[in-house]
Amino acid sequence: MKRIHVGHVTEIGEKRSRVVRVGALEIAMFKLSDGSIKAIENRCPHKAGKLSEGIVCDHHVFCPLHDWKIDLHNGVVQAPDEGCVASFRVEKDEASGELYVHIEEEKILAS
Amino acid sequence: MKKKIVLVGNGMAGVSCIEQLLKLAPNRYEITIFGSEPHPNYNRILLSSVLAGDAGMNDIVMNDWSWYEEHNITLHTGHTVTHIDKERKTVRTDMGITAEYDELILATGSLPFMLPLPGADKEGVIAFRDIKDCKAMMEAAKTYKKAVVIGGGLLGLEAARGLLNLHMDVSVVHINEYLMNLQLDRTASHMLQLELEKQGMKFLLKKNTETILGKKRVSGLRFTDGSEVEADLVVMAVGIRPNVALAKSSGIAINRGIVVNDYLETSVPGIYSIGECAEHRGVAYGLVAPLYEQGAVLAKRLAGVETAGYQGSVVSTKLKVSGVDVFSAGEYADKPETRAVRVQDDFEGIYKKVVIRDGKIIGAVLFGDISDGSRLFAMIRNGEDVTGKEKTVLLGESGTPAKSGAELIAAMSDDEVVCGCNGVSKGAIVQAIQEKGCSSVGEIKACTKASASCGGCKPLVADVLTYVLGAEGVKTVKEGMCGCTPLGRDEVVESIRSMRLTTSKEVMNVLEWSNPEGCSKCRPALNYYLGMVWPEEHADERESRFVNERNHANIQKDGTYSVVPRMYGGVTTPKDLKRIAEIAEKYEVPLVKMTGGQRIDLLGIKKEDLPGMWADLDMPSGYAYGKSLRTVKTCVGSTFCRFGTQDAMGMGIQLEKKFERLNTPAKVKMAVSGCPRNCAEATIKDFGVVAIDGGWELHIGGNGGTKLRGTDLLCKVKTEEEVLEWSGAFLQYYRETGKYNERTAEWIERIGLEQVKAALAAKEDRDALNGRIDKTLDLMKDPWKEIIEQQELRQTFVPMEEQSAESII
Ligand SMILES: Cc1cc2nc3c(=O)[nH]c(=O)nc-3n(C[C@H](O)[C@H](O)[C@H](O)COP(=O)(O)OP(=O)(O)OC[C@H]3O[C@@H](n4cnc5c(N)ncnc54)[C@H](O)[C@@H]3O)c2cc1C
Ligand code: SF4
Ligand code: FES
Repeated sequence: MKRIHVGHVTEIGEKRSRVVRVGALEIAMFKLSDGSIKAIENRCPHKAGKLSEGIVCDHHVFCPLHDWKIDLHNGVVQAPDEGCVASFRVEKDEASGELYVHIEEEKILAS
Repeated sequence: MKKKIVLVGNGMAGVSCIEQLLKLAPNRYEITIFGSEPHPNYNRILLSSVLAGDAGMNDIVMNDWSWYEEHNITLHTGHTVTHIDKERKTVRTDMGITAEYDELILATGSLPFMLPLPGADKEGVIAFRDIKDCKAMMEAAKTYKKAVVIGGGLLGLEAARGLLNLHMDVSVVHINEYLMNLQLDRTASHMLQLELEKQGMKFLLKKNTETILGKKRVSGLRFTDGSEVEADLVVMAVGIRPNVALAKSSGIAINRGIVVNDYLETSVPGIYSIGECAEHRGVAYGLVAPLYEQGAVLAKRLAGVETAGYQGSVVSTKLKVSGVDVFSAGEYADKPETRAVRVQDDFEGIYKKVVIRDGKIIGAVLFGDISDGSRLFAMIRNGEDVTGKEKTVLLGESGTPAKSGAELIAAMSDDEVVCGCNGVSKGAIVQAIQEKGCSSVGEIKACTKASASCGGCKPLVADVLTYVLGAEGVKTVKEGMCGCTPLGRDEVVESIRSMRLTTSKEVMNVLEWSNPEGCSKCRPALNYYLGMVWPEEHADERESRFVNERNHANIQKDGTYSVVPRMYGGVTTPKDLKRIAEIAEKYEVPLVKMTGGQRIDLLGIKKEDLPGMWADLDMPSGYAYGKSLRTVKTCVGSTFCRFGTQDAMGMGIQLEKKFERLNTPAKVKMAVSGCPRNCAEATIKDFGVVAIDGGWELHIGGNGGTKLRGTDLLCKVKTEEEVLEWSGAFLQYYRETGKYNERTAEWIERIGLEQVKAALAAKEDRDALNGRIDKTLDLMKDPWKEIIEQQELRQTFVPMEEQSAESII
């Protein structure tokens, strides 16, 4: 497991997302309206839509391509669709606001 | 100088009269209102819903503080008027304020009747009349357990139901053997009792209270038969008394209530009375429908509008207790000279009775199934003769079916009231359907308030819909905007307007969205509606925009984007073409293609390259991605074509320059052809312009996409200025009435060509629409430029962090 610095909390707008690329992996980082940061793989399990471009509502994101709804807490696709996208633990340094993501090595090498 | 009106009583009757007056004669009077309660005018009827937990205190305000301000009304809440000086024409309040009047309206309502029992002044003994009482009950329910309601009428039962919802143990004491004996016959009353007992209510019938027991606080009741019941909250709901104290001390004639004639005039010139405090032809009403009728007559009188006098009202009631459907109207009791048609079904718990005298329906009672209620009520008020077909009234009959709801509506006059609670006439509803495009009960509710209070008139409102639109035109299934709300487009937009909501968050809060932050359907829609209604106040919510409109480029299936620069009227120059070509090479654009709208499309662009490419192009965004004006396609027209009669390119360029960047419910395509050969295919566009000899034909509502639809001809005009004027008015009307995502082709099918024509027919209406669209257009900026220039927007186009695998592992 690697702990990787990915940026600062102010770099993401509320209910918006920024992309982080780590090796072969593209991660979408979201800021929810309560200020918390979530990270999931930026690749919709349906047809690889860029989830970072979706509309964020509470702790869900709607894929911009065909509107699948995905839970940002755990990457689970909401009914009636099915599936799951990888989610990552985000660590926020409360004092400095720096963000870190915890990722398994295999994921970084080949995704 | 303006004449002065003073209204005493800031309640339902008085304020509704002022509302009507403001509509009829907005600037005629200087208005002052006094109210004892510390609140703006609220819907007293809905206190039952507040108590039952179905509505919040804020939901029941009918005219909020800003309403008074907007209409320049001086409002003194917390002031009770105690003195009227008839000579000097002034009133004075308990707080020492005086005000002069030319006309004075007394709408002091009524007071709950408190039984003069020993102990009635103990703590924990209250009435159910106003917000204060309602709060007291809700507060008591937190600490106390046992509630007793004295009075088994409408009000008592609604109070009891509310207290049950607050988890209290509730008994209802009633002096009569039958509940709601003033509205129901014995059979219905008995069925009601059984149903309420099932809900957990207890009854002490034929009991006469003798004493209220307890030390400081109430602890129980003793009845005249010697029996007792425990109680730590007692609600008295035994009736109301017209509040006549002020009138009486001022020497105005009173009987039970303040005596008024058909024009609501009291015995003193210049002083009127309406509402529960007034007594007309010996009757003081206790329901809102008659009070609104009185208010309407008085408003017309004060506005100097001719009106027939008030003739008295037939009333109907409905019990607002969930799970129990009870309806009663007119003279429901059997008498020697009446006969009745009855249907009773103990299995389904249904009972219906219609009382007939001299061939006419004079009253009805319904229990369990009240769907016939509004139909019967209309027949009662119409005094319809049913001689020979009495049975069909309830049962229908093969061959001669009972009149359908819509037929009954046809027989109603326009000013007959459909929604008694809010005083909405048939005419007002018909108007909302025809002019505002309402096509469901919900939309009518939002537009007119009809069926917004007790809900009893819903079936009748539905009948009006069927009568106007025909069965097919009515939206039966209630279609909310999305899964987050049962409210439809019109209701939401109406709320945005009337409550001055300016952010999505407010809309979702106030209208109680089930998902706190909405979904991908409603968020962009709300953002559009808010921007349409409040172009200046609403800040565009970028996070609610669909990806294409946020990134100002069209997302493709592989996550790349396409870039289409603006090219007005499809006309370009060698210089622009060269620049586009160079940039296509520089960014290694995989595909360059002409679009269907005569533009150049650069496809396969990576997101991070977008801002740079826009900067290099230095051309405005072509909006090929937005719910906005896409393109104005043109033919060469008279500039080169041998058939051309007008300058089609010039016209198209003017249109495109004027309307570019406009937000619309769905994409809008335009075209201009230089003659009826119509090479620009203008007759399948949202707005098509076709030149004819000496003028232009304007076509609307076409679509060449999903579903082919040829345009409808809107009108013919002579000059280019007129083309601009009509197109602006048309677009704004579509913006204001279209549903988000609804193309003009679907929209025009929904609201009808005639409606659109009517809305645009008058020059002043077109000017007003243009005024509003111009205001919006003035605020639009080129989005590409905006992103290039603003670092924080620009940074969202690049990854926040990029690291190679090697650098980490
Ligand atoms: C719980 C409840 C449920 C109801 N349900 C229904 C229903 O389902 N259907 C129906 O049709 N009706 C219903 N009603 C009755 C309906 O609310 C009344 O008929 C209606 O509100 C009367 O309107 P009004 O303007 O005459 O009086 P009010 O609304 O009582 O207004 C009078 C106002 O004048 C103020 N006032 C009095 N004297 C003075 C003074 N001297 N100076 C200043 N202010 C003064 C009072 O404080 C009061 O605010 C219900 C009533 C209650 C309490
Ligand atoms: S529409 Fe008429 S004017 Fe325009 S190109 Fe065709 S033929 Fe020529
Ligand atoms: S790719 Fe995400 S919903 Fe289709």
